[in-house]
This record gives sequence, C-alpha cells and structure tokens, in this order.
Amino acid sequence: MLSFFGIELMQQVKPLKFRIDDALSNEQLHTNFRSAMSYLIKKRRNQFPDKEDLKNSRNTSSSIRSNSLAKLPELLIKLEENLEKNNIKVHWAETDEEANNIIYQILKEANAKTVVKGKSMVTEEIELNEFLDNKGIEILETDLGEFLVQLANEKPSHIVMPAIHKSRKEISRVFADHFPEFPYTENVDLITQQARKILRDRFRLADAGISGVNFAVAETGTLCLVENEGNGRMCTTAPPLHIAVTGIEKVVENLSDVPTLLNILTKSATGQEITTYFNMISSPRKNDEKDGPLSMHVVLLDNGRSKIHQNHDMQETLKCIRCGTCINHCPVYTQLGGHAYGTVYPGPIGITLEPQQKGITELGDLTSLCTLCGACGEVCPVQIPLPRLINKLRSETIEGDYMEQFIEGVRSKRKPIESFIWQIWKYIYSHSLLYSIFIKIATTFSFLSPKKIGKWSRYRVTPKPSRHSLKDLARQAGIKNE
Amino acid sequence: MGNEVYFFGTCIVDLVYPKAGFAGIQILQREGIEVIYPSGQTCCGQPAFNSGYRTEALKVARSQIKCFPKNIPIIIPSGSCAGMIKYHWRDLFEGESDFESAMSVAERVYEFTEFLVDKLDIMLTDLGEPTQIAIHTSCSSRNEMRVDDKIELLVSKLSKVEVLEQERKSECCGFGGTFAIKQADISGSMVKDKTNAIKATNASCVISQECGCLMNIGGALEKQNSQIKTQHIAQFLWDRTNATS
Repeated sequence: MLSFFGIELMQQVKPLKFRIDDALSNEQLHTNFRSAMSYLIKKRRNQFPDKEDLKNSRNTSSSIRSNSLAKLPELLIKLEENLEKNNIKVHWAETDEEANNIIYQILKEANAKTVVKGKSMVTEEIELNEFLDNKGIEILETDLGEFLVQLANEKPSHIVMPAIHKSRKEISRVFADHFPEFPYTENVDLITQQARKILRDRFRLADAGISGVNFAVAETGTLCLVENEGNGRMCTTAPPLHIAVTGIEKVVENLSDVPTLLNILTKSATGQEITTYFNMISSPRKNDEKDGPLSMHVVLLDNGRSKIHQNHDMQETLKCIRCGTCINHCPVYTQLGGHAYGTVYPGPIGITLEPQQKGITELGDLTSLCTLCGACGEVCPVQIPLPRLINKLRSETIEGDYMEQFIEGVRSKRKPIESFIWQIWKYIYSHSLLYSIFIKIATTFSFLSPKKIGKWSRYRVTPKPSRHSLKDLARQAGIKNE
Repeated sequence: MGNEVYFFGTCIVDLVYPKAGFAGIQILQREGIEVIYPSGQTCCGQPAFNSGYRTEALKVARSQIKCFPKNIPIIIPSGSCAGMIKYHWRDLFEGESDFESAMSVAERVYEFTEFLVDKLDIMLTDLGEPTQIAIHTSCSSRNEMRVDDKIELLVSKLSKVEVLEQERKSECCGFGGTFAIKQADISGSMVKDKTNAIKATNASCVISQECGCLMNIGGALEKQNSQIKTQHIAQFLWDRTNATS
C-alpha cells in the first residue's frame, strides 16, 4: 500500500541534539503537544476519582504483571501449548529480522499480496512496513492515526496516539493531498467517514490481516486486543489469514487477570472507562462457523526482552502494558513531542526500554531526557519505578559494571572532562576541611564568581554565592556544631 | 536532650541561600528545639547520583554519616536532599559495609515543613502585610517525600496570605540538577512555561520547599525582568511571623 499511495521510504534521522533543536523551535508542535497532553491528563484523572481505588487497582495490576515475569518461561510454554490446541500456529522470533522473515514466509506461502494492519507498536519496532514494502507486499495501516502517519510518510509520535503531533489543519491537508476525490474539510467526523470509506474496501479485499496483542492468556491460549475503531476486529476477522505479532512479555497467566489489566489500561491510556472494542481471539474459523480467518499465526518476539528479563535491576521494564500514560505525564516529552526521541517508544518508557534493546552506544544519551521529576512513576498503572530505572540506566552509561552482560555499551558515555569535574567535586565535598576552605573562598570572593554557567545563563541569571555561608551564620549565632 | 535535632543545611543553601537555612534554624529554636548544625556536613551526594556518577556520590554521602551520630531527627530544608538520603541512599549503599549506619541516618530524616507540621504542630501568627503568593510544590516534595501538603498547610495558617493557584502546578519546573545544564534548552523551555503560569496568577512572590527549583524559577523570573520574588518557605515563614524582622 505504501507504493499505492505513492509514498517514499522514511528519511534518515538527525542526531539527538538537532532533533531537540527542531522540536523546541517549532511553536505549533509545542502547542499541539501541550494541549493534547493536558487533555489526556485530565481525562485520566477523571477516571480515577477515588485515590484508594486507584492505589488498589495499581497494586493488583502490578502483581499480575510481576507474576507474569516471575513465571515467564513456564507461562510462554503454556501459552504455546494452548495456542496450538486452539489451532493457532506459534512462531518464535529472536530478532526483528527473524520476525520479519517469519511473517514474510507466512504471507508468501498464502500467496498474500495485500495486507491490512491494526495498530501494533511491535510491528513498528521490527519495521515491518518497510520490510514488506521492499518485498513488494502492500501493507496498509488501518488505525486512523497510523493511517494518517503512513500517508504523511512519518513515524508515530506517541505509542497510543500516533498522529497526536498533527493539528486538525495538518490532518485535513494530508487527506486532501492524497484523496482529491473527497471535498476538503477540517471537520474531524467527516474526515473519519472518508477514511472509513477508503478502508472498507481494503478490509474486504485484503489477503491477510496483521495485528498486535495486548494480553496473551497462557491458561486459555487467548489473544486480547484493545481498540476503539473496529479496525482491529476487521483486520483479525475479514481477511482469510491473520498474523498476530507480540513481545514475549505480554503473556499473563490466567483469564481472570484480564479484566483488571484491561480496566486500568483503558483508563490510563485514553481516560476511557472501556474502549469501544475489545477482542478476545481464541482460534481461526471453525468448521461450523461462517466468518473469521481460515488460518491464524502468532509471532512471539524476543528482540532483547529475555536479556532485560535476566537483568534483575531492570526487569520491571517488561511489566509495561503500553498505555502511554507515562508519556502523557512527562514534562520533557510535552516539550519535545515524540519524534525528537528518534525511537519507536518515546518518553519515560522509551528512554528506559530502548537503550536496553539497542545498546547504550547508540541510545544511551536518551537517559539525559529526564529531570527525574517522578511524574511517570506516580501514574504508571503497573507501578514500574521508571525514575529509579532511568537513573540506574543513566549510571550504567557512565560507570556500570555487571550490567555489561545484559546491555551493550555500558560506560560508553563517560566523558573525560565531565568525569574530571566530578572527581574534583568528590574530593572537595568528601573532605569537610577542604569544603570549608572552598566555601570560604567562594563566599569571600563571591563578586568574582562566574557570570555565566554554560547554557544555564541563557535562560536565567547566574546564582551568586552569598557573602556568608550558612555554616558561618550558624557559628556566629553560637549554634552547637556537634 | 529529648528536644534536640540536627540541621542538614544542604550544599545549595549553604552557598547560595544561607538566610533561608538560618531562618529554618531560628523557627526551630523559637519552638524550643535545640538545633545542632554539624560543622562537617557538606552534601547528600544527590548532584552526582542524579548525573550517573554513583561512585563519587557514595564517597560524599559516606563522609556525612559521622556528622549525625546521635539518635535524633535530622531536619533538611529541601525535599530532594531529604528524599536522596531517605530513599536513594538505600540504592547507593546497597552491599556496602556501612549500609546499616547509612540507613540509621536515612530513617531519621525529615523535610523541614514535614517536621513543623507533623512533629511540632506549629502555631503561626501572621505579622506581615496582606499578600498574594504562588506555591511551587517541588517534584521531590510531592512524589518522593510526599510533603507537598505541608507547605500548603503552613501557609494556610498565615491569615493575611492568599494563595493563587497556577496552571499545571504539579509540573516540573525544569531544574533537574545537571539536567538544566546538560539539556539546557529543554530546561529553558520548561522554566519558561512555569514562569508564564506563575506570572498569569499575579502573585507577588513564589515560595517553595526546594532551593534548586527556586534558583531555576527565580533566576528565570529575574532574567525576564519580572518583579515576582522567590523565597524558600523557611524564610517566608520567619519573615512573616518574627516580630523584629
């Protein structure tokens, strides 16, 4: 479908610093994200009027996810057994490349040329669209936001709301450019209807449907899919072949785990009590049934997850249910938007997960995109201690040791000058006599203190040492000193 | 004895905001508390810890343990420094031989306003002129120490102070320690949003439990030639309740 709409492949990304500059200089982007995030924060808050209820719900959800991780190998084997019992063929992929090849082989064997896809971040992670496009298979995003992003030849800027960076006007423009047969409109409902018309035919004619998975239930071999537009249901029922792709961490032990997670997922993600559609997929079409795919496959993707699972200090990264609320509440994300991160997953979960998957050499600098304000940790529905994980990972970029076995590039971000400054700091601040001398000099010669402290002074006046330190004031006042 | 506390001034207060720290000591003394200001104190280790330099942070944090030998409360006029010792020293000292002694310091830590409210149940008589202020509840006071309600409560005891609510009050001001230098432009954009929200309230002063935030917000307001003042809560309380100030 990429070629069908005349879309070129993605352009290469710029270095982080330039992406940040681009984002900060774009007023429209700032306005779009500011208003969208404020709206989502408010919607979520309205879903949790009772703090005690929320606390209990987060506790339970966190336990369910911890349990999944504690029993991960065993649950995955059980999941495979039960999926196969349900006539769903299971494939294991260790890398993105393997996953793409598996999917391609399945499509090739079914002689599938056109594919409709439901929203799936894992398929973004493995860059499935680009892969299949290169193989000459048309793949069309059917989630409205993803569809828009695909039309605009961009990447999602948010894991739940992929086109959130676009204003209504920009969306209207994209639509008008690609579908001149429809009258130009800035009415969102009309655009949605247009998209619906376009997509209907594609669902009907597609040779295969690809979807993600929100929860994979080991006990019953059920794949749960949360969505709002019905496109997920179309992708997984209309075409004769359905392929679901999911990270191995999405497994939960029991069917009874699902209501709790579903409830907190939708409330956290979009501030909805429940989504419009919730699909529980348990098998392909059975003999006595009239619809549904004739065959079904699941691709279980590792792509670095089992390494994270072995890494005790970072394992909780895998508890994530991809609600995106950490992103919505992140003040840095709100300033930058998703594209500046240059990764599939932006925001707090992105800077925690991505450097672990792709290595610190490539992505370690992302850990600097955090003030450690703690907002993400406060709202995470499964209580991932994100600020703690981010800070830990940040230290691994500088001075880690044992994590080398799990993450590439440990210590690779240590810079000689920065390190030297911290050595001096350590030396002064760990010797009280030296510290006293340093403070004495700094306060006595406060008029000589630097006028500028790097870029700090571009936005603020530079703090000046006081004429007398607190220690001086305390001594003069006769305060006991031990 | 029985009424003694340690005062941990913090490195920013010691060097840049000593009057705020001293006001805190004076308030405690007025309540009949005997304050000890250990002369060997320097820093809790937070700047390095949050910058990824844990070895250096540990060295500095370790040098502080011996400053607080008595089993009495340690009062800290900063949510983030209190949070560093109370919660992050656990990570920092994990597996170290002095883990236990570090924890014995950590468990005695109180943020300044927390101590005034929870331990002293302080009474305040407002002697100042009527004024309108904004409160910046710092992220560490809110999300780590969970004492953001304490500053609100203390201010509500001042009869002539009106608190004006700013938009997105609980959003980070963009300080984040070395974040403000490493990601200076993002930080600058964040503090711009914060100062705009504060300016929109018409408050004449912003108060906070955190001198790091005040250095950021106050420095930005001054750079923007705003007349809005910034003050640490200890200084604000002392100035309004002390007959001779």
